[in-house]
Order: sequence, then C-alpha cells, then structure tokens
Amino acid sequence: MTATPILQLRGIDKSFGPVQVLHDVSFTVHPGEVTALVGDNGAGKSTLVKCIGGIHPIDGGEYWFEGERVHVHSPRDAAAMGVEIVYQDLALCDNLDIVQNMFLGREKRSGLVLDDATMEEMAAKTLEGLSVRTVKSIRQQVSSLSGGQRQTVAIAKAVLWNSKVVILDEPTAALGVAQTAQVLELVRRLADNGLAVVLISHNMNDVFAVSDRIAALYLGRMAAEVKASDVTHSQIVELITSGRSGDLGLAHTNGATA
Amino acid sequence: MSAAVVPEKPDQPEKPEKPRGSGPAKSGTAGAASLRSAARTYVERVRGGELGALPAVLGLIVLCAFFAALRPVFLSELNFANLLTQGAGSIAIAMGLVFVLLLGEIDLSAGYASGVCAAVLAILLTDHGWPWYGAVAAAIVTGTVIGLVLGLLVAKVGIPSFVVTLAAFLGFQGIVLMLLKEGTNISIRDQTILAVANDNLSPALGWVLLAVSVAAYAAIQLRQDRNRRRRGLSTAPLSLLAVRIGAMAVLGSFAVHLLNQERSRNIIVDSLKGVPIVVPVIGVLLVAGTFVLQRTSFGLHIYAVGGNAEAARRAGINVAAIRISAFVICSSLAAVGGIIAASRGNSVDPNTGGSNVLLLAVGAAVIGGTSLFGGRGRVVDAVLGGMVVAVIQNGMGLMGYSSGVKYAVTGSVLLVAAGVDALSRRRAVQR
Repeated sequence: MTATPILQLRGIDKSFGPVQVLHDVSFTVHPGEVTALVGDNGAGKSTLVKCIGGIHPIDGGEYWFEGERVHVHSPRDAAAMGVEIVYQDLALCDNLDIVQNMFLGREKRSGLVLDDATMEEMAAKTLEGLSVRTVKSIRQQVSSLSGGQRQTVAIAKAVLWNSKVVILDEPTAALGVAQTAQVLELVRRLADNGLAVVLISHNMNDVFAVSDRIAALYLGRMAAEVKASDVTHSQIVELITSGRSGDLGLAHTNGATA
Repeated sequence: MSAAVVPEKPDQPEKPEKPRGSGPAKSGTAGAASLRSAARTYVERVRGGELGALPAVLGLIVLCAFFAALRPVFLSELNFANLLTQGAGSIAIAMGLVFVLLLGEIDLSAGYASGVCAAVLAILLTDHGWPWYGAVAAAIVTGTVIGLVLGLLVAKVGIPSFVVTLAAFLGFQGIVLMLLKEGTNISIRDQTILAVANDNLSPALGWVLLAVSVAAYAAIQLRQDRNRRRRGLSTAPLSLLAVRIGAMAVLGSFAVHLLNQERSRNIIVDSLKGVPIVVPVIGVLLVAGTFVLQRTSFGLHIYAVGGNAEAARRAGINVAAIRISAFVICSSLAAVGGIIAASRGNSVDPNTGGSNVLLLAVGAAVIGGTSLFGGRGRVVDAVLGGMVVAVIQNGMGLMGYSSGVKYAVTGSVLLVAAGVDALSRRRAVQR
C-alpha cells in the first residue's frame, strides 16, 4: 500500500503481572479500509484494542498515529486523536433518546441550557451521512429500538466526533440475519466515507463480506496481516487455530517459547 | 446488562417510512390531523410502557369524583385550600426524593432530615431571636450538609443508600429529640414563617401571578417552537401547544377563582380568601426543579446515571459527583419541607418530619410516576402524586374513617403505584 497508515503499532508488548498477553505485536490500519482483527478467544484481541484506546498502557513498542509517534495514556488521549471504540455492550442509556445518547457527556449548550436544536441537527446529519433510514424519530428512546438500531446508534455516536479510526468490538454478535446485513453495510459505508475501521469478529462470513485486510492474532502474536482478497476462508481459520497456514503465519507456533 | 440485548423479532421489519427528524407536523399545518397524530403518538408511548403522569391524573380525577359524590363538602373552597396546604410539606420532600429515586437510590431519612432542619429553624428563631431569613438559610444549609454526608457515604464509601439512610433515619430522630431537649415543643412566632403555610395572597395578586405564569409558559413554548421550525426540526403541532396553554389558563383560572372566594366561617373575626402562599412556593420549586432536570446537562446526567451508570461513566460523567449532588438536593428540599411543616404546625416538636411524613413523600413521588428502579421520573410527579396522597388523607378524614384505615388505604395505593411502575417497566423491556 502506498497510502500512509493512519494508525500503526510496532512491537507492542503488554503483560498483566506475570502473564504476557501481547508479544511484539505489529498492527497497521489504513484510512478508507476495513481491517478485520480476528483470533481465537484469549488471543489478545480485546487487550490490543484496549491498548489502542488508551485503557491499558503499553509496556513496550511504538504507537504511531498519522505518521507521528504518540503516547496514549488515557481514553481521553485516544478520543482527542480521533480514535473511538464501540464496545460489545454498547454503553447506551435505555431511558434517553437517540440524540441524548449520541451527545452524552459532550452536550452542546448555549449558556446554562442544553442546545437541543443544534444537537438534533448534528445527530440527524450524522445519521444521514451514514444513510441510516431505519429509525422513525431521533427523539425516540433507545429502549424502543431493536438490536441492530442500537448498534447503529452506538456507531453513529462514535462517528459524530469527526473520528478517524472507529473500532467495533463484535458488532454483529447479538444480531439476526437481516440486522447483521444492515450493520455490515454501515461498516462498509464508514470506510467508504474515508474512515479507518477496525472490525473485531468471530464470524468469517462477516469478515470476508466487508474487510479489505485481515489481521490474525494467535496466542498474543500477530500471525499475519494480509489482504482479504489474497486469502481464503480456510487459510484464515488455520491462522486463527494454529498460527500458520502454508507460507503465512508465525515461523514457530509451538506455544509461547519462541 | 442483559436487558440491553433485545432478541430480534424477524416478523417485525423496521419501518423505513420516515427518515428521522421529520415529525408529522413538519409541513406546519396545525390542524385536527396533526392533533390526532400527536394523540396517536401519545397512545403508542403509553402502550409501550411510558405511562408518565397518566395514572396519577386519572387517579386524582377518580378520587375527587368519588369523595365529591359522597361528601359534597370535599369540593368546598375551604377544603380545597386545606388540601393544598396539607400536601405542600410532603410535596417539597417528594420533589427532592425524585432526584434520588432517578438514580435508583432511596433516601429514607428525608422525613427526619426535614425535622432536624425545622428544629434548627425553630431554635434559631425562638431561642436565639434570629431574623427569619437567617434562620431559613441556616435550616437549608443544615439540609445541604446532611445531603453531602449521606451522598459521600453512598458514592465514595459505597454503602448502599438503603442502609445509610436507614441509619440516618434513626440517627436524625435522635438528633431532633436532643435538639428539642427530650421532647419539648418550640412554638414559632415569627410572622413571616407563619405566613408561609397560613396566609394567602391578595386576590388581585393571585390573578397577576397566574397571568404572568401562563404568559411566561406560552412565550417559552412559542419561542422554542419557532426556533425549531426555523431550523426545520420536528415540532409538536401548534394546535397541541394551544391546547396545553389553554388548559393551563382555564384550570389555573378555575383554581384561583375558587381560592379567591371567602372561605372564613366567621367573616367578622377574620377574612380568609386568596391563593395560599405555599402554592407559589411549590410553583417556584417545581419550575426550578423541572428546569434543572430537563434543560441542563446536569439533569441529563442524572437520568443517564440512573439509566446506565456504566455508560455514563464511559461517557466521561463523574458518577460519584452526580450521586452526591442528588442527595444534597434531596436533603435541601427536605429542609424546605420542614420549614413548611413548621409554619403549618406553628411549632416544631419531636414528631415534625416523623411518623408517616417520609412514606407519604416516597408514596407521592412513586404514585406520580417516578420509577423506583431509577432513570424515569419528573419533578411534577411529586406534585401530582402529592395531591393524590393529600386527597386520600383529606377525603377519608371527611368520611370519618380512623387514621388506621387512612394508613392502610394510602399504603395500598402506594403498592398499586409501585406495581404499575414494575409492570410498565417490564413491558418496556420486553419489546
């Protein structure tokens, strides 16, 4: 790829006490692309994402953002750069409406009073930019939304702040077939709008449906970062389960000794 | 949050009909059609479990009709005024409780906190000769400090609010006794304090106040409507706005007219007419509380913490600070309730804020539609629920029932209200 990556991790190490969770992990994310992050349970996907989001400090390695080396110490630092994470459990307030949820903690005010009209306009514009047409009114409570619509709101909330990198943690895990298709379409649209999207998923169909690149973690190491068009379904499954597949993958895969 | 993951219903396709934002009244034709669609939206919301003030309003109408049919004196001007002054103290406490209940917490000590504040007021006024404003300020500051301590114990130490305030309930009962020297009663002679619950506005002032309130409400609503219309956002139909403002004017005029009638039994001794002073006092608290909850980000954060504390934390909201401030508001409003009670009783004794005061206040908030599970409720709920409670107490008193029966009935109504709350919540979650 000729384009410079927007986010690049080089040789990241991360331990929790005596347990080293990430070994020398490199990870690259390009704008306008969907990068799928795959790996078995315990491979370190969540830890890697939390390091990117500033929730866990990294022990070693370099964090580059837009061509510059940065130090991310807190979620606030990550948010300030334009990195937003949509967690699996969504973190929406059921008793608030869509607009209120999208602006929660960052409300627009005029003086002392909430500027509802401006927030509603911005929220409507964001949803329109994502071509979201499934919600009846942006003033309806989140409790009245379906799972897919909730996911849409959570993603729109992440996009609202001119973010550059959006990380989605298993966005389709709890959804039905039609809703999954809707959310994947939205994921694709985010990338087409120029954002860098990181998609964590266990579902190979989803991964191949939307991603441009696939990064496979195996026992805390980056087994491979490949273009989705260069690999097959079964190769990725092999990378996930054994860390290598033919020429791809780690040289030594026998446990954590290497 | 298991409730956050709603199982899909494949047979219910999402309706693609309307792009968001464009409400039914975007065209600006404020006619019967838009009024009807507004009504339809409301019915949908109620069926979805968002009952709002509906049960309290219906209950109020049914109870009033019931008592009026059996005891015509219930509808007399004198009794109407009594009803308002009887309810005012616990309504003020209930307004504070709404803030705490919104977080899904409880304050069992609000009743005796109001007693402590009333005792402080009485001692400073009567024993130390303070001016009324100094004593009132001291009483409210006492409430604020109480709230701060309770809030810190709940939010920082992490003791469940039920336990903290149950301990405070006992503790404050003791403090009231100690302040009042083991049960003597301190009478209040300050004319200003006595006027709060016992005097009335002049009839003319009552009308002026009503006119100003209606005009201000109409101006705010219309300005908001014009602003939204100009930006092309969805608005409620103008006809609905007109109905609301009209209803406020008509009901208000009816009440003011009724209260401006002479209701003294012996006009030669004393003339008794006009709107009781507690009414505008409660009105100011209602407007201020509603403004804080509905129009400021602080209010929004209270709802957010009550709805999903983890989401609020991730959104960067200081959850502990929100919790503490809710307890501060609750105890400060309890102080106001204590001042009203002291004024109404002309004195403070160890029972001020005791016995059933707290339970009536919690009952008022819940009957009005504030959820015990947090996240749902408004300040006006306290007023509506407080009126329901006052009507029950007053009406059953007129029917000659003993206080035993009154307690039992009020308790049952509270149980019904909490049941409605639980069921409507389940309905909202199940969809």
